[in-house]
Amino acid sequence: MQLTNRSKQVSNKEMTMAEKMYLPSIVQGLAITIKHFFMKKPTIQYPEVKRYLGPVFRGHHVLKRDEQGRERCTACGLCAVACPAEAISMVAAERKKGEENLYREEKYAAVYEINMLRCIFCGLCEEACPKQAVYLRHDRMVPVFLERDDIVYGKDKLVERLDDRYVRMNSEVKATPTEPSLTKAAT
Amino acid sequence: MVSDELDIATKTNVPARNDETPVQYVNELTTLNLGPTHPATHGIFQNILQMDGEKIVSGEQTIGYIHRAFEKIAERRPFYQITTLTDRMNYCSSPINNMGWHMTVEKLLGIEVPKRAQYIRVIMMELARIADHLICNGILGVDTGAFTGFLYLFEERENIYEIYEEVCGARLTTNMGRIGGMERDLSPTAIRKIKEFIQRYPKVLREFENLFNRNRIFMDRTVNVGGISAERALSYGFTGPNLRAAGVDYDVRVMNPYSSYEEFEFDIPVGQSGDTYDRFMVRNEEMWQSLRIIEQAINNLPEGPYYADAPQYYLPPKQEVYKNMEALIYHFKIVMGEIDAPVGEVYHAVEGGNGELGFYLISDGGRAPYRLHFRRPCFIYYQAFPEMCVGSTLSDAIVTMSSLNVIAGELDA
Repeated sequence: MQLTNRSKQVSNKEMTMAEKMYLPSIVQGLAITIKHFFMKKPTIQYPEVKRYLGPVFRGHHVLKRDEQGRERCTACGLCAVACPAEAISMVAAERKKGEENLYREEKYAAVYEINMLRCIFCGLCEEACPKQAVYLRHDRMVPVFLERDDIVYGKDKLVERLDDRYVRMNSEVKATPTEPSLTKAAT
Repeated sequence: MVSDELDIATKTNVPARNDETPVQYVNELTTLNLGPTHPATHGIFQNILQMDGEKIVSGEQTIGYIHRAFEKIAERRPFYQITTLTDRMNYCSSPINNMGWHMTVEKLLGIEVPKRAQYIRVIMMELARIADHLICNGILGVDTGAFTGFLYLFEERENIYEIYEEVCGARLTTNMGRIGGMERDLSPTAIRKIKEFIQRYPKVLREFENLFNRNRIFMDRTVNVGGISAERALSYGFTGPNLRAAGVDYDVRVMNPYSSYEEFEFDIPVGQSGDTYDRFMVRNEEMWQSLRIIEQAINNLPEGPYYADAPQYYLPPKQEVYKNMEALIYHFKIVMGEIDAPVGEVYHAVEGGNGELGFYLISDGGRAPYRLHFRRPCFIYYQAFPEMCVGSTLSDAIVTMSSLNVIAGELDA
């Protein structure tokens, strides 16, 4: 049945004399296999050698701090709303006097939990965050876990450590902000 | 006991037992469970086969082993979150599912997507099609006992996944694109990788074809195995490569062009009799055609924005959110899912990895679809499977199923 003028017959089931004999195709196949012995191996020895994952890879979550080391999250809950897997939950608290060097806004997340069993690493929380607080790091993945209790990540695992700041190099990426601490290595 | 025998007899077209028929005849049929977890079925589906020795007398298929109620979940999710559900349907070609869903919503909302975004979508969809066909054909090789071609092709699949990583940040569950365009422009690295891929892939594919196309062993295993006539295929509702293998040149990209497909030159490969060999050859040729499309798209990639000028539906850039009051309002409204969707019904179909992947969306104006139905091609192919494998041997049934490319995630949604 022809519906368009673009069709192209591709299947030919008549075998020629040479094809009817098994040998030529076996020799041809073996030749291809042997050729591959001498080609470059594509295998990566994973735990020792790690592959470049691209500047926008969606890996381990991180709760960013700003340049002065204060937590950016203000517990607005947009990430929790945007999460299709309902993995994020948080409890907000008011900033007390004397905590200005810890939290940037007057409201902050006292508890911020991501259930890594639910998380599907879609990146919608990063896109939703109006404070540029939550990011999916491109350089680190969530490790394997053995205990169920370990898998709900709290602030201890999520907030970026001051001696281990997350830097996303690619400034062309839309979700990447103009924040200086993100485009150049911050100490 | 007697009723059981009668039941099997009616089901399996075995002549009704009269006094002359030996009693053992009916009991000699073996019930064989192919699946649910069988390495040769590539997924979780069960076939209850009645076997007469090595021949299949009848089959009954079971579905629902990984049913995740996507259509029901979708009724509670804002439009932009449903993309993550479509990822998990045909996971071999998730960008096609993502784009199909975005285009459906754009049709409902009346968004016109700029040319550049359409071309990027075409590139990603064709890459996904290559990845899908490559797996299907490679696995067909494995099922017929040729592991080599599969391994060589998988190296290229890895390269496709690296392009996905560069474009969207994930490999399998891509969540690529947004309603109204793409989430980011193609980076220079991504363009370089795509160009490298279209340089390198023809060589690999030609090698794969040398291994399989005219190989006597492979042809003996696939020619006239699991055939279906064009009439039967059409009455089942076949689309995609499996229908084209039966000789009907139906392709959604040509019949109902979307996303600028009318601007690209490509052929529709068709087969002769719809058997496994035809399906294999059609998929192979489609990979060549996809390469042609990608080449045309990447060379004529138009300049311009990669997202539509629809601030009420497309997230504003983060810098705008801080400076601009409207942008902040739209940002919150979009993320909360409170966009103004019109009331209406939309059907949009894309040529998915293995057939017409349709989205039927009914909106009542709320934040989530009132009802969403996915037209999943695998669901249709799987219904025809018993008919296609009756009378063949068990090993042929496995080859048939493999070449139908039934993917459990899409079958059950």
